[in-house]
Amino acid sequence: MEMAAVPNLMPALPEIILALGAMVLLMFGVFRGNDSADTISLSAVLLFAIAAIVILFGPQGEQVTFNGAFIVDDFARFLKIITLIGSAVTLIMARHWLAAEQFHRFEFGVLVVLATLGMMMMISANGLIALYLGIEMQSLSLYVAAALQRDSLRSTEAGLKYFVLGALSSGILLYGCSLIYGFTGSTQFPDIAASVASQGVSLGLLFGLVFLMAGLAFKISAVPFHMWTPDVYEGAPTPVTAFFAAAPKVAAMAMFARALVAGFPGATDQWQQVVVFIAIASMILGAFAAIGQNNIKRLMAYSSIGHMGFALVGLAAGTAGGIKGLVIYMTIYMIMSLGAFACILAMRRDGEPVEEIADLAGLAQTDRMMAVLLAALLFSLAGIPPLAGFFAKFYVFLAAIEAGLVTLAVLGVLASVVGAYYYLRIIKIMFFDDPDGVLDPMPSSLAIVLGVSAAFVIVFVAWPGPLVTAAQAAADALF
Amino acid sequence: MTAWPILSAVTFLPLFGALIIAISRGDDDIGARNARAVALWTTIITFLLSLVVWIGFDPSTPDFQFVEERPWLGGAIQYKMGVDGISLLFVILTTFLMPACILASWTSITTRVKEYMIAFLLLETLMIGVFCALDLVLFYLFFEGGLIPMFIIIGVWGGPRRVYATFKFFLYTLLGSVLMLLAMMAMYWQAGTTDIETLLTFGFAPELQTWLWLAFFASFAVKMPMWPVHTWLPDAHVEAPTAGSVILAAILLKMGGYGFLRFSIPMFPVASDLFAPMVFVLSVVAITYTSLVALVQTDMKKLIAYSSVAHMGFVTMGIFTGTMQGMQGGIFQMLSHGIVSGALFLCVGVVYDRIHSREIAAYGGLVARMPLYAAAFMVFTLANVGLPGTSGFVGEFLTLVGAFRVNTWVAFVATAGVILSAGYALFLYRRVIFGALEKESLKSILDLNRREIICLAPLVVLTILFGFFPMPIFDVTAASVQALVEQYEAALAAHEASTATLALK
Repeated sequence: MEMAAVPNLMPALPEIILALGAMVLLMFGVFRGNDSADTISLSAVLLFAIAAIVILFGPQGEQVTFNGAFIVDDFARFLKIITLIGSAVTLIMARHWLAAEQFHRFEFGVLVVLATLGMMMMISANGLIALYLGIEMQSLSLYVAAALQRDSLRSTEAGLKYFVLGALSSGILLYGCSLIYGFTGSTQFPDIAASVASQGVSLGLLFGLVFLMAGLAFKISAVPFHMWTPDVYEGAPTPVTAFFAAAPKVAAMAMFARALVAGFPGATDQWQQVVVFIAIASMILGAFAAIGQNNIKRLMAYSSIGHMGFALVGLAAGTAGGIKGLVIYMTIYMIMSLGAFACILAMRRDGEPVEEIADLAGLAQTDRMMAVLLAALLFSLAGIPPLAGFFAKFYVFLAAIEAGLVTLAVLGVLASVVGAYYYLRIIKIMFFDDPDGVLDPMPSSLAIVLGVSAAFVIVFVAWPGPLVTAAQAAADALF
Repeated sequence: MTAWPILSAVTFLPLFGALIIAISRGDDDIGARNARAVALWTTIITFLLSLVVWIGFDPSTPDFQFVEERPWLGGAIQYKMGVDGISLLFVILTTFLMPACILASWTSITTRVKEYMIAFLLLETLMIGVFCALDLVLFYLFFEGGLIPMFIIIGVWGGPRRVYATFKFFLYTLLGSVLMLLAMMAMYWQAGTTDIETLLTFGFAPELQTWLWLAFFASFAVKMPMWPVHTWLPDAHVEAPTAGSVILAAILLKMGGYGFLRFSIPMFPVASDLFAPMVFVLSVVAITYTSLVALVQTDMKKLIAYSSVAHMGFVTMGIFTGTMQGMQGGIFQMLSHGIVSGALFLCVGVVYDRIHSREIAAYGGLVARMPLYAAAFMVFTLANVGLPGTSGFVGEFLTLVGAFRVNTWVAFVATAGVILSAGYALFLYRRVIFGALEKESLKSILDLNRREIICLAPLVVLTILFGFFPMPIFDVTAASVQALVEQYEAALAAHEASTATLALK
């Protein structure tokens, strides 16, 4: 036991860097006041870059530390890099908005770093305790971030709503964890897996599993735990919404996948049913509820609910192919989502932010480049080939068919057709309608994010190899 | 086969042209003129290049030629292109009609010319790709990708109800196609490959064939379009700009028929045989019912659209007879219809550009002011009717012969449909061209100009040429269709034998 006194810290080096960095930035902010907000944002981006480099060039292979609670494998490495990219791009995109709104709060950058730290812990969590720590680290930062605009009624409402519902879901999650611990005698995934394998799934364990999944489903905003999403997306400051839609989704989905695949491989039949249900419900609700939306942030909220449903199709398959699909899906989704939010952040008229879809009317005539690139992203979100979004759906549905989940696949593709309608509606408004006002020109930082994101979805078809190979390696690490 | 990837060159050359237009500067008249010129030259060069493929094509073998393979998505999914006797002529048809489409849009499209040309060139790449792809995923990519430019073309440059039409077009087609996508995944899962050449001889289990066939049918029947899922077509046709209608009628509709020939018949022969009666019923309903509907139309484009549905009925009927005549006729009918219906839409475009009305009632007596136009329109009308001596006759006749061998009643009802087609086509012609030239707006109308003559003349020549001398087409398709029919019959015989032995046990 003396050996365990000082755990091997090397695998957690990126997390340690982020933690220390966050503290330094916090101190810096406290002493320098809100003038330092921009410096802190940029430092945070730098911090993410360093963490990513450490992950990329650090020791490879599977490493476990903290008595098995913390695991680093190809799966974790790949998703951490994606998460870091998501967080960094959000910060870069937010700069223009923060400057335009005179919204200088140094806390924003620090909160993003802390939330990202929580996400990385979620991705590496190899047990229920580590998982919970990661979730809370991330969630508490996000609650505060949602309410950051504290003079705004909507922002504080969003933060409060998110907090109350989040706390409830954390409670459910903890209850599930305690049941699982009670019936398997361990909180570490490998031990739980061994216990399930030897003793089967008891009724109590099943309850625990379902509670656990309910808690996790809340974090990825899957139906029926999605109610917070539209309100929080709409109410939170737009850069925060952009953040919500990207990195946290990737991390939560990764955690969901690891918890089920590594912790309950012997109970696949049981959790598969639940995942199939929430996948179908999310896809259908996301598709239908988005149709009536006029606020683009609300629409993106329902869109994200639908996309989580599609990603869960890969998880429902429960195979390496399914996890590969999930990883590809989340990567492509995050890139598309960042590009779309770059446009939403750029939606301003005479300096004032606008959020109605109708404000995009005639964009093809007033800002052709932005309209074309956004249209590419929207077609991609709808899953139309040859854009990247098609391949995302292709891999998850392929896995579902291979796993024999034909009903799920059929309902999924039908939901994607319904979903195509509301993306087309935005394209229609941009291309077919006449402009009734001009949006302010897109600032270069957002234009670059949009350009890179759109270029990715367009060119992916020509070079799909790298992402597919990396996702394959990531998925294999879980099995 | 060849070291030089000529099929990829033909496929992606238009995309290259689109990129040139996209990066060229200038939104003024000069920019528009340059865009038109680049688009025209790109399509002409693409056409010439595709002729090289035709010349180099060896018609004596049913194998795929000019095959290119390249690793793509990893695993068994690769980038594979190739043509055989069935697909080659569709490629030529596409490349042949594109310059005409660009010419037809020369003066009628005045807004956002650059985008228009980009969309068309993009569409051409995707259409050629559909006919060249030898991998399921690649095929689906091209097949579905075409929705994006077409959605934009109808939606931006279309008529007053364009938004409704383009949404209907997009969602209808997408709905059919996603089911096909799932079927493709199931095939991949079963066969472990998406290589079309391998899948052609894979032999799926009969029960699975049924489901796969239905899923593919959902897509191709919508695309074709077959009654009763044809309702998107009249809307899309009416609202699309002239060149959009030409492409829709001449090429996009052919993808359904091509799909039946490439996938449904050879890969799911047992299911094709099982569902053939259903296809026959739907086909003859399409032939008779939509012909009747066409009779009462007051809009020229709508009338031609319904006539397209009827003509596609002949194609599906012919293909599913499983006979040499039926399939050859089906292919010929598709190619002929591609030329004729495309030309008819161009003809409507000619007068629409002058009067800005598609109402039949707005015209009458055009022959007095537009003799050339009347002559060209007559050739296409008669070809649409299926008059002997025009290309329309050959295809219709062969599909009817094929149908007669399989089911006389089907042939009987379908033949009756030919009479109806004469009815609506001649009725249209009389109302537009003949009669007294009374309407004020028509009194100063001008005959075809040089651009329009260049556009229509080749189509007139081909319509008559293939009517008298269809051999160039049959030479190309014969070997492949022969192999297809033999394979189809062998698969059915094998299936019958196995069920017979099961019954004996």
